[in-house]
Parts: sequence; structure tokens; C-alpha cells
Amino acid sequence: MTATIGSRMLRKEDPKLLTGEGKYIDDIHAPGELWMGMVRSTMGHATITSIDTSEAMEMPGVHAVYTGEQLQEMGLWIAPLPCAWPVTEDMVNPPHFPVAVGEAKHVGEIVAVVLADSRYGAADAAEKVIVDYDSLPAVGSIEAAVAGDVMAHSDLESNKAFHWPLIPDPEGTEKAFAEAAHTVEARFVQQRLIPAPMEPRGCMAIPSPAGGDITFYSATQVPHILKVMIAATTGIAESKIRVIAPAVGGGFGGKLNVDADAILSVTLANHLGVPVRWTESRTEAAGSSHQGRGQIQYISAAADADGKITSVKVHLDADMGAYMMLITPGVPLLGSFLYTGVYDIPNLSFTCDGYFTNMTPTDAYRGAGRPEASYAIERIMDMMAHEIGITPEEIRARNYIAGGEAFENYDAASTLVFDSGHYRPAHDRALEMAKVADLRAEQARRRDAGEAKQLGIGMCTYVEICGLAPSRALGGLNYGAGGWEHATVRMLPTGKVEVVSGSTPHGQGHETAWSQIIADKMGVDPNDVEVLHSDTAKSPLGLDTYGSRSLAVGGVAIAMAADKVIEKAKLIAAHQFEAAPEDVEFEAGSFSVAGTPSKSVHIQELGFAAFAAHDLPDGMEPNLQEQVSFDPPNFAFPFGTHVAVVEIDTGTGGVELIDYVAVDDCGTQVNPLIVEGQVHGGIVQGAAQALFEVANYDEDANITNPSFMDYLVPSAAEMPSIQLDSTVTPSTSNPLGVKGVGEAGTIGSAAAVINAICDGLSPYGVTDMEMPATPQRVWQAINNSNGGAA
Amino acid sequence: MDVSMTVNGSTHANDVEPRTLLVHHLRDGLGLTGTNIGCDSSSCGACTVHMNGESVKSCTVLAVQADGQDITTIEGLADTARSDGSSTGDMDWHPMQEAFQQCHALQCGYCTPGMVMASVSFLKENPNPTEAQIREGLEGNLCRCTGYHNIVKAVESVAGGAS
Repeated sequence: MTATIGSRMLRKEDPKLLTGEGKYIDDIHAPGELWMGMVRSTMGHATITSIDTSEAMEMPGVHAVYTGEQLQEMGLWIAPLPCAWPVTEDMVNPPHFPVAVGEAKHVGEIVAVVLADSRYGAADAAEKVIVDYDSLPAVGSIEAAVAGDVMAHSDLESNKAFHWPLIPDPEGTEKAFAEAAHTVEARFVQQRLIPAPMEPRGCMAIPSPAGGDITFYSATQVPHILKVMIAATTGIAESKIRVIAPAVGGGFGGKLNVDADAILSVTLANHLGVPVRWTESRTEAAGSSHQGRGQIQYISAAADADGKITSVKVHLDADMGAYMMLITPGVPLLGSFLYTGVYDIPNLSFTCDGYFTNMTPTDAYRGAGRPEASYAIERIMDMMAHEIGITPEEIRARNYIAGGEAFENYDAASTLVFDSGHYRPAHDRALEMAKVADLRAEQARRRDAGEAKQLGIGMCTYVEICGLAPSRALGGLNYGAGGWEHATVRMLPTGKVEVVSGSTPHGQGHETAWSQIIADKMGVDPNDVEVLHSDTAKSPLGLDTYGSRSLAVGGVAIAMAADKVIEKAKLIAAHQFEAAPEDVEFEAGSFSVAGTPSKSVHIQELGFAAFAAHDLPDGMEPNLQEQVSFDPPNFAFPFGTHVAVVEIDTGTGGVELIDYVAVDDCGTQVNPLIVEGQVHGGIVQGAAQALFEVANYDEDANITNPSFMDYLVPSAAEMPSIQLDSTVTPSTSNPLGVKGVGEAGTIGSAAAVINAICDGLSPYGVTDMEMPATPQRVWQAINNSNGGAA
Repeated sequence: MDVSMTVNGSTHANDVEPRTLLVHHLRDGLGLTGTNIGCDSSSCGACTVHMNGESVKSCTVLAVQADGQDITTIEGLADTARSDGSSTGDMDWHPMQEAFQQCHALQCGYCTPGMVMASVSFLKENPNPTEAQIREGLEGNLCRCTGYHNIVKAVESVAGGAS
């Protein structure tokens, strides 16, 4: 089989997953395992007055029941659950222990833990724990948190956790607004979303029978980070902890946290000397796993008489939820740099206030801050176009960086440097594929005919920050870790290649993509490549998978390690040829002496020579194994143009997404099949935010739609086929020219869909539509305007 | 309660609690962990298996209701004569499994067993569906990774190939 960078190789991961052999966390068992059953707060905010565990203790198969108070006294941990991103020095960060003591601060917070010898037994016993609460006033919305009449934490005097500004040129911003020919402003709500990977979370800690060591299995995106954080939280030495992520059924950010269940299973397994496990139920997840988004955005834009945007001003009120989780406060800030979008806008002013509420903590969800930013700038561009009286296409064309031509190293107003871009080709191609001219004619026809079903066409031209890496840049943002990625490449004695990946897959297809990179670089069959990952014993160094970083950081590290292996192998080949290394050429896996093609040796044949070490160049270490920690000099900035077409039933308010076109540019593509899959899935998640999904809380901070019955993850029936194309503008941030694509679809689609709805409803005077655009909201917007006549 | 059922061609007799869900019996009782659980409200379809050739959500069937029935799980799809559901080795895959790989219709793979089983059953009922019918037909199975595009393509390709 030949496969190189750029080929549509079928995935190596698929056979196991298609035959039921993939082992996810709940498929793995250990003898003597005990199941944790979590007793969770049913109140948004309450004093815990008493917990009666006696009846639960008497249930068959129950080994122990622990309350928060008992666990604190047992001294199982040395620190609260970690927040690794204290965004300001004075950020308020109330201690967040695995189990509540005294006061419960959100529905779903653990108040007691049952240990039983079966799945059903743990659930039964948890039901028998009787908790008495005195309810306290709760903060059930960002608005209530900002108003500050009620405190989410009784011992705090304000709900505000931090204020974070990014105002590179305050005077320039104000001047731009003062001199503007046009200004528009808007308030957008980024509703709370539930990440909802199809596999719920789960974990199992297995203590070594001889004592000391812990093997921790977790449905996690971040085994390496988890290992460090478990050590830091529990005081168990890092070297005693092995974290394994088995097959992981999706993450989307929802599995990158250090959750209470992880710390409980590790510490209780360590304490009791038996395996301790937990599997989340879907409805439980609404309170046990972090949620995404949760922002109110205030944005205004200024433009000159030609429709050239001169400044953007943004303020966010961001909902932290009840506690700071691993990167909770940093998520809204990740978007701060993108509020000028793909446009040459000289001034940006951004501020963010983070607030505590009594809702499930927020944290990263696919895109993490960037879809929110893209949404706001892309909606405001449409609003500005409307204000000026030009088309959405035209206002974008007038504002693209470099006039839409190719550029490198653009200094954005946010102070970041965009690696490369070329925005106009994607724009043109997307409009052409969507047949926008025809659609406009059909739209006009339906409007004239007063048809019940109206058409709306919306576009979004996004840019995102991927390859979350440059450690110095992350340090500058007070992020608690670096952003490098580690890789090892070994040529085994048998000529097989072993790759050790520091980034951790949960559906992305790393084994396939990394094999292609190796095949391309080293000229070996991709099936001769074995990729080791997701186990800190096999891959001790890594920073895992989030922020579309695997390829742009980890994949590049693998390519660089392969180069080093080739370099060393070349010296061995030269030694065998009795030639000077500079005379040895490497082509399609074979070394040969320039001008003497008959003398050649394949790199796979050198594995044994390096291993046997009988005849290596003087002073050379045996074995062909090289490693690289790659820390790129800059982020990567993928971009693209999306076009959404909706049909709006003006009688019912129902919106149907009838066509979707996306032309994305993620730089060099390693496997276009995988790229397309990432874009498809991302688009549907973003469209789902626009149309269906919201985690609803009442004023007492109770979530009212925790299950899949009414949290509306879309099915195939609600989504159209998607038309894709791509352009390729290589990144200048890494030697492969790759940019990252995991979040692109999500970043482009919510704005495109809402822009389409607002376009369709413009005859009714509708200029904005809150997400999700439910039939009720759309119907109201139509009927609030002019009685429903088009 | 004693239950006996044929699973992937072989008979299994077990004593189960009356409340045991079929999916838990398959997974925890028989060790057939290919069938996954994605929700607790019969919404996601990750647990779809065939009972007497028709797809059912095995979280919504009690093990005792499957007494005497013929169950096929993802482990038994490639070769229903196989009894233990262990390594599939070089077996011939079902055309639907083949199509899912060819069309890149899976990413994390968690919904995949249920999605494949539902797709096989759907095509049995409607061998020549339109795209819209495929989308409607798979409405009970959720996927969070693929956006469904390639799943629909995979089912279309099997439908086309079978005609």
C-alpha cells in the first residue's frame, strides 16, 4: 500500500470500531471492582443540613458511603480540583473539592459517594442516601450574576471573578468610533451548550496489589495532563500514577477536565486497595460534566463611509458556572484575539468579566471561545452591511486582510501575527458552489409571490486560532502549562516503525494520519507503522488533544523525529557503502550513493544493523530512535467561507437547513478524507447551536432539560448533505504547513445559519435572532413585526 | 429469573434480575461490549441490536423479554455463525461495515455499532431508499462526530450495491 501526505487513506482505527472490538472505559473491568454511585445535589444552591447514610449502608453489596465532611477528614487530597488558568492575579477562585461540604453550589454537585459491588447496587444505594437541604437563593443566569442581588457563593461579596482587558490602543479605538460614518451595536447570547460526546465519561482506578502504584483508566482527552493534575491534587507521586485513555468515544472539549470523579476513584482505590470505578449516565452528565459557551456579548463596530470597518469594541459577561474548572476562565479569552475576524480592522477593544453562577461549571467546548468570537464579528458584519445598504458579500470583500489577496505574517490589532491567509478564493468558490445568484432569484420570486416558505442565505468567513502551542504565548496569557508536543520515532530491529504520540486521539484518526506522515517521510508502508498513544507508560511525555493542536504541533513533532531518524540512518548507510554521508541520497525509503544506483539499502534494513550494532560508525550510539519536543513559533490560523441556505416556514416558524457549503483552508492536508469528516461534524455541531441546542436553567438554577429527550442533539433527519471544497494556504508556523481543522466547522456554521435566518426574515424587519432559533422564536419574530405579511 | 436466548448464533442460559436491561445483560452478563450505551432515555440508539432480525434499542428491552429470542449484536454481524463474539480476524465483513469504512462514516466509533445495526435493519425494510428516507430512517440513532453526511453516503452505497 502506498500512502503519503495528501492521500485519502482509509483509517487504521476502523476495523476494531466496526466489529465491536474497540474497548471503551465501560467495557474494561477489574476483579474486585467497586462501583461509585454519586449522590448529587438536587438544589442549585443550598445549605446541606444533614446527610443520613444509614439506610444506604444496609443495602446489599454496599461497602461504604462517604459524605463530603468525612472525605475531607480522611485527608485524601492535598488541594482542591485544579484551575490551571488563573487569568488575572486577583482572580477569585473559591476552593472546589470533589464532594461538597456544608453548601451545595450547583445541581449535580456531589454531596456523598456510595461504593457498591455492582452497577445497579451503587445506583440503588445512592438513592437511599437522605440529604436535607435548606435552600438558598440561587443565581440561575448570567444576568442575575451581573445584577448581584444574590450571591452564588454565600461567602463571597460579589459574583464577579475577574476582569480581563485587551485594549492595545484605547485612543485609536475611541477615535475610530468618534469619526465613524456608520456604527452598529448588538447584544448576542451564546447559550450554554452540553458537549455531549456519544460516550459519557467514566473512569476506573486500579491500585497495584503490591501497593503504591495506581493505574487509572479514563475516558479522557488529556491523559498526560490528568497524570500531572492527579499527582498535584492528591499528593500521590507522579511516578506512581499511570493514566490510560482506552478507546474514547468523542470529546469535543467535554473530556479535558480534572473532574471530581477522577480524584474520588483514584484516592478511594488507593485508600481501600481495590479498583474503584464510575460510569456517567447521560442525564447525570448535565451536572457532572462541564458545559460550554455561556456568554453575553456586547459588540459594536465603526465603519467609514466606504464600509471599511475601523474599530470593533467588545465586552463579554462570561458564565463560569459554580466553580473554576481546569481552563474555565481562559475559554472566553481564547476568543478575544478573533473579534476582528478575517478583516483588516486597525482597532480592537476587548474586555471580559467572568461571573460565578449556580449552574454546572463551564469550560472548553469545540472551538472554546473562538466560535463565539466568530459569531459576533460575522453577525455584526451582516448588520453593518444592512446599515450601509450593501450585500454581505460586498462588505466582506471590502474588508479582507490584504484585500483578499495572499499574505503572510499579518500584524492583527489584537497583537497576534496571522501566519498566512488568502481569503478571496474561498469566498468566491463558496458563493459559486452555493449558486448564490440563483438562490437570490428564487428568494425574490418567493417574496414576490408571498409564499409561506421563504428562503434565507447566510455566509460566514471565519478565521480561527489553532495549534494551541507557543509556550511563551500561553505563558503570557497566564496559562499554567506549555504548548509543545512530544514525539518519538523508532525503527525496530524487524524494520517496523514505532511512533509514540504525545497527542491523544478520541476519534480523530491519529493512527492513520501519523502513519501517513511516517510513510511519506521514510518511504515505508503505512501498515508497517505502529502508533503508540494514550498511555502514559508508553508515551510518558505529551500535552494531549484540544484546540485543534494534534497535527499542527504533535504531527509536526512526528515528522521532525522521522527526519532525525533518517539523518542517523544515512550515516549508517554511508558507513556500509564506505562513502561520504554527503554523497548518500535518500529517495522513497532507500539510501544510495550518488551516481552509483546499484548500491542501495532500504531504511527498514538498517533497523537491524542499528540494533545489532556490530558495525556502526565509530562513536555512534546503537539503535534508531529519535525524539522531538516541538514548540512552534506561532499559532496557525485556518480560515474559510461557509454558506448556509435555510427555508423558513413563516406559518410555523420552523427553520430547515436545506443546503450547506463550506470551503475551508487548513493548510496542507495529510488526509483529506479525515479533514472532510472533521468539517462535516463541526458544521453540524455549530448548526445545532444555531437551531436546537441549549441547556436551560430556571431561576433557581435547576437545569430543565438534562436528558437527550429534550436536549436536542440533531439527528440525520434534521441535517442536509454538505458540499465541501478547500483551498490550501500552507502555514508558516511549522515545516509541514499544516493548520488544524478540528474546530473549523463549528466556528463557521452558527453564524452562517443565523445570518441566513436573518436574511430570510429581513422583509419582516427582523435584524437579529437569538440562538437557538426555535420555531417559537422565529414565529414570534415574524408576528411581532408586521402581522406575518411578507 | 432464568432466561435463555440465542446471541450471535449460540444459546446462552443465565439467571438475571428481572429488571436487567437487555443491553446490560449483553455487555455485563455475556461480555459482548460492542453494543454501547449513550443515553438513558432511549434517544441515542447506540445500543441498537437485532431481535429476530429487526432492530431494537436494547436499553428499552428487558433481558427477560428477550427470553427465547434470537439476538444479533455487532460482534455477530460479520459472521452470525460465530458464537463467542471474539476476534473477527480475517472474516468477511457485512457490506455495511465495509461501506462505513470506505465512506469514513465513523470517527470515535461509539455510535457505530448501533448505527450499523440500525442501517442494516433499515435497508431490509426499505431496500431502495431516497436520501431523505435514509435520514428519516436513522432518526433514532445519534452521532456527534460525523454530521451524518458520510453515514448517509455509506447506507446509500450499500443500497445501490444491493440493487
